Amino acid sequence: MSSIQMGQHAIGRAPSWAGEMEAMMDAYRQAGGDPDALKLPEVATLVVSGSQVLASHSIPGVHLEAEPLEQGVHARILVEPNTRVRYPVHLCFGVIPAEGIQQIEAEYEIGHGAQVEFLAHCSFPNALRVEHRMVANIHVGREARLTYSEEHFHGQTGGIDVRPTSKIIVEDGGQFTGSFVLTRGRIGSLEMDYVADAGQDALVELVTKAYGSEDDKVKLQETIRLNGDNARGLSKTRIAVKGRAISEVNTTMEGNAPGARGHMDCTEIVRDQAMAANNPLVKVTNAHALVTHEAAIGTVNRKEIETLMARGLDEAEAVDLIIRAMIR
Amino acid sequence: MDEPFLIIEDLSLRKSDRWILQNINLSFYPGKIHALLGLNGSGKSSLAYTIMGCEGYTPTTGRIILDGKDITHASITERARMGITLAWQEPVRFEGLPIGKYIGLGAGENNREKVIAALEAVSLPVKAYGYRPVDQTLSGGERKRVELAAVYAMQPRLAILDEPDSGIDALSVVDITRLIQKLANQGSAILLITHRPELIGVADEASLMCLGTIVFHGSPMDANRYYQTRCQTHLDTLGNQPWTPATLAGQSLDQERKTG
Repeated sequence: MSSIQMGQHAIGRAPSWAGEMEAMMDAYRQAGGDPDALKLPEVATLVVSGSQVLASHSIPGVHLEAEPLEQGVHARILVEPNTRVRYPVHLCFGVIPAEGIQQIEAEYEIGHGAQVEFLAHCSFPNALRVEHRMVANIHVGREARLTYSEEHFHGQTGGIDVRPTSKIIVEDGGQFTGSFVLTRGRIGSLEMDYVADAGQDALVELVTKAYGSEDDKVKLQETIRLNGDNARGLSKTRIAVKGRAISEVNTTMEGNAPGARGHMDCTEIVRDQAMAANNPLVKVTNAHALVTHEAAIGTVNRKEIETLMARGLDEAEAVDLIIRAMIR
Repeated sequence: MDEPFLIIEDLSLRKSDRWILQNINLSFYPGKIHALLGLNGSGKSSLAYTIMGCEGYTPTTGRIILDGKDITHASITERARMGITLAWQEPVRFEGLPIGKYIGLGAGENNREKVIAALEAVSLPVKAYGYRPVDQTLSGGERKRVELAAVYAMQPRLAILDEPDSGIDALSVVDITRLIQKLANQGSAILLITHRPELIGVADEASLMCLGTIVFHGSPMDANRYYQTRCQTHLDTLGNQPWTPATLAGQSLDQERKTG
């Protein structure tokens, strides 16, 4: 385990794993992250390469602890009650070699009334046979707010299996806004399984965006249970598949309490010989709850394409722009 | 008047065993505004899509000539790159596409200044709108303004504006009128499809369509008068509805029947 105090930041030193850190920072940049942000003393940071913790930097009110496992890391992340974290907490996970297994077991405890944002970047730039498993337990306390944005960067080989699993509990009045984006590089195989429980007046928003090509596979399993009075939930999925890629989206929204309001919104664009399926399941156990869903699967709308062509884009450019914008 | 750069020559379009357009002849001149009037279903939008080259709107007969070159079968992209563009009556939304980027698509390289000028031309503050997506969060009126800004930024040779005033408030009509005049002053020819008298007033000439044909061509005032008092077909189709100012031009309906 590595824990470094403010002003003594790990990043920027040159210890034995400096080369590995440099490779991770390159990958982090490719994943959309800003390596300079990781060097700021006021930014809480956790950097894990394979099963090696390269940096763990806590700040007042935000405690990051990480210990290596045989094939990954166990991390505990605690945000003290009523803490307002000014800068997003940066998490950087990755596997640099072409082969390897990384299992991240993460416990997130967001104290009541706290407000915090996490930016997680996961990079696997050289993956030929890599497995990345994420098992997260997230507890958002009463009136707390957690925004968790995870973005992946995979290489072009598709040799990667990504298996994120999250159990999320949002206490009364709490808010959890989560996004998962995998739109750069090949997906490989992605199997997500998220389950969220929302208490009274709580909010859960889950946004997933992915762009699959060649023989990539996407399987998304998502359940939001609106258990408390006036709980609100939104599941938004934007997936594009081309080549022979396959996408399957299974979302469940339960309205289990008076005033609960939930909505599932799925758009999947299919090109070439790709296939996409969406199975929304609406379950309502309280007569004063309301859950709705909408889904659109298929080709890009012709009028959208022609509008962009009328600005001078050719058809392929228009389709690509529409898809890129949708999954941005 | 200058020579026309774009000529629609004896254009007809047949879809599903029905003539949508028949024997349309029009000419477009740099900097001139041509208003196109007509009731719903008279073929105005179909003509717009045919000139733009939209899918399903390839002319059955006739030609579209640009600078002496037959572009009847050119793609939309080719036409756009030759300077023809269209603002749809009900513009589509693009999830995630920033307004600034959308407007800049047709404006060429180093288009930042053009994007800013286009947003200002439609009275949308750059700071508030430049990075907003062209999606459902925009009102109908805002979306129309964005569409016009995209056309304005292109500085096209021909801008086809399909009812740019529909679904927007009267104040916005003033902005739109100003924008159309600005476009024309910069040398763009404009095919302006509209029902509003105040917009018709900015046109240099006008045509009236009925059941896929042009039944009148002349000054905007005359075309509007003819439109308001209706031709025979309008009467047959709609009968005497309250809005008909039958004596608007000092003509009786019987006279209209004869001229229609």
